[in-house]
Amino acid sequence: MAALELDRVSKIYGSRGQHGLRAVDAVSMAIKDGEIIGLLGSSGCGKTSTLRMIAGFESVTEGEIRLGGKVVNQLPPARRNVAMAFEGYALYPPLTVRDNIAFSLLRDKRSKAEVETKVQEIAELLAITDLLGRYPPTISGGQAQRTSLARALVRQADLYLLDEPMSQLEPQLRAILRARIKDFLIQRRMTTVFVTHDQTEALALADRIAVMEAGVLQQFATPQALKDRPANLFVASFIGEPPMNIFAARIAREGGSLRLTALTEDGADAFSLSLPGAETGGQLATTLGGRSTVRLGIRPHLVEVGASGELAGTVISNQWLGDQTHIGVELGGATLIAVADGALAAPVQSAVRLALPIEALHLFDADTGVALMHGLEVATPGVQAA
Amino acid sequence: MTEATLWSRLLRPVLLTLVALFFLFPIFWVFLMSFQTNEQILRIPPSLFFSPTLDNYWGLVSGKLVTAAGTLELPFMRNLWNSVVLSTGAVLLSLLLGVPAAYAFARFKFRLGEDIAFTLLSFRFAPPLLVLLPLNLYFQTLGLNDTYIGLIWVYQLITLPLILWIVRGYFEDISPDVEHAYRVDGHGWLKTFLKISIPLARPGIAAAALLSFIFAWNNFVFALILGSSSIQPVTVGALAFVTASGIQYGQIAAAVVLSILPTLTLALYAQRYLVEGLSLGAVKG
Ligand SMILES: Nc1ncnc2c1ncn2[C@@H]1O[C@H](COP(=O)(O)OP(=O)(O)OP(=O)(O)O)[C@@H](O)[C@H]1O
Ligand SMILES: [Mg+2]
Repeated sequence: MAALELDRVSKIYGSRGQHGLRAVDAVSMAIKDGEIIGLLGSSGCGKTSTLRMIAGFESVTEGEIRLGGKVVNQLPPARRNVAMAFEGYALYPPLTVRDNIAFSLLRDKRSKAEVETKVQEIAELLAITDLLGRYPPTISGGQAQRTSLARALVRQADLYLLDEPMSQLEPQLRAILRARIKDFLIQRRMTTVFVTHDQTEALALADRIAVMEAGVLQQFATPQALKDRPANLFVASFIGEPPMNIFAARIAREGGSLRLTALTEDGADAFSLSLPGAETGGQLATTLGGRSTVRLGIRPHLVEVGASGELAGTVISNQWLGDQTHIGVELGGATLIAVADGALAAPVQSAVRLALPIEALHLFDADTGVALMHGLEVATPGVQAA
Repeated sequence: MTEATLWSRLLRPVLLTLVALFFLFPIFWVFLMSFQTNEQILRIPPSLFFSPTLDNYWGLVSGKLVTAAGTLELPFMRNLWNSVVLSTGAVLLSLLLGVPAAYAFARFKFRLGEDIAFTLLSFRFAPPLLVLLPLNLYFQTLGLNDTYIGLIWVYQLITLPLILWIVRGYFEDISPDVEHAYRVDGHGWLKTFLKISIPLARPGIAAAALLSFIFAWNNFVFALILGSSSIQPVTVGALAFVTASGIQYGQIAAAVVLSILPTLTLALYAQRYLVEGLSLGAVKG
């Protein structure tokens, strides 16, 4: 087990120099020994490229990768002592599932019995014991994926890189394995970086999550911090289900207080809120400075639906998802999604009242998308907010 | 009876038999000829019925060609042996050079890579006669004329491009991640090549080796010009059957049968690998 540091690491594919494609752009991360990191981002944003550089299959164009304090940029993969589960599984077809998993162990001159115990243990963990005698071309995608994951986890490595380890599994099995794998990783203090497209998986499994977009690290923080204090509009809209409501908004100063008016897509006034002024929310006014426009983000889960709300709207959709209700509310021409616990008796076209508590609100710079305020708290710049 | 069963029960076997007959009948006829005397072969009308004789084979094995005009010395077994040495040597050398090269072309993008690969392939386009005359002069100067080494070297023109291009395709079909998975386990580059890449490409390597062996075996013109009788293969040696007192059809037929045997055996043996390669399914993923 070891700590991993990426120091302004970039990957440029193609012709060296300016014409190449910048797949990873100055990514810096410090991962502690035994930490579990989730790498989240849209398809093609450079997650696999980052892992491949750490493993040593791609050269590092710029920057430095340190594993256990040692720079490994020039070290061949064989000497980095890193285990990896590949996005495309990469099982060795002439060997059985058992031998695929045991392959690396046999090399370490362990006794047959010990290898067999380890393989059995990991196979049980991932529910593939009945596949051990089969050959890779004859098993399903999800089974191959678990075999590939088993092959990585069974090793005794300093670092584990798992590229979309459970993407092929159905949600039920994924939830079960997630819990088992988490215990497994924590018990053995295995430093792990895993890639996923599933937010639930990232939130459930990771100590910290790195959100990437277009090769750039957007934010690297705990799941809680990502939800409460997204660093920018991208992270805010990427994390959370249903996604954050985002509106363009105008700020007007009325004596001591601030009035925030959300706009519809056409730029007309939709609804307005009054924010505490200089006396109560002094920082708010200072941070907003002379801005007259911002972007307003509202977390659906924090919207309060009920009679006492100060905003009046019309229900335009109502989806009951079994344990919570997603309702779409029209507020002066703009649509806001809100989440209520349990079933909510609010038929379409009925009137509804909403309250938007200050904690539900996030303000972002209108041009750059950088976070300004989370509720009444001033956003701290930088991606490393832990 | 549905259309499909009509097709598979009746039509297909009939058509397959026709095709087989078309391709195999000449070989079958040659096989029969090899057990007949020249007179039996040349009688009109030809007949399928005759009293078989092993004289043709015996003549080949003993090296004596009995003709109406007398007995000739015939180094046929020597020619056969030469064919084996030349073809095997050429294929082995090509495998040694071509398989690593194919891997390099498949895995790495380097400057002029495609051009080099194409140049190697273009050896197959050039008419052999074009290169033979200058080559003959060089070989005389270098002392390579009439040596196994010289001929095996020239045979690379036939075998190397074939092996290079066929095996390259097989390497390209192997997911690089299979190799990466092995390397990340702590194995070096060379070991990965030997332990993972080559075994996975084995069906392709076997097919390419077999094919290039057949091409080398059937080559005529290189050996005709660059070698004397002591190293000439069967293809050239067969010329000796055209004698002053006529063409020895029976012995030519026996010679053909004998010279098909090695390639046939090899093909039957290599078939195992070819089938194994297919039944393993896709290497990818
Ligand atoms: N070998 C390569 N040569 C050139 N470009 C590449 C190469 N590998 C990846 N890319 C490009 O780099 C970018 C990042 O790719 P990468 O595979 O890292 O994405 P990813 O985040 O893993 O995506 P996904 O979630 O779909 O797996 C993409 O635009 C991709 O097209
Ligand atoms: Mg990927």
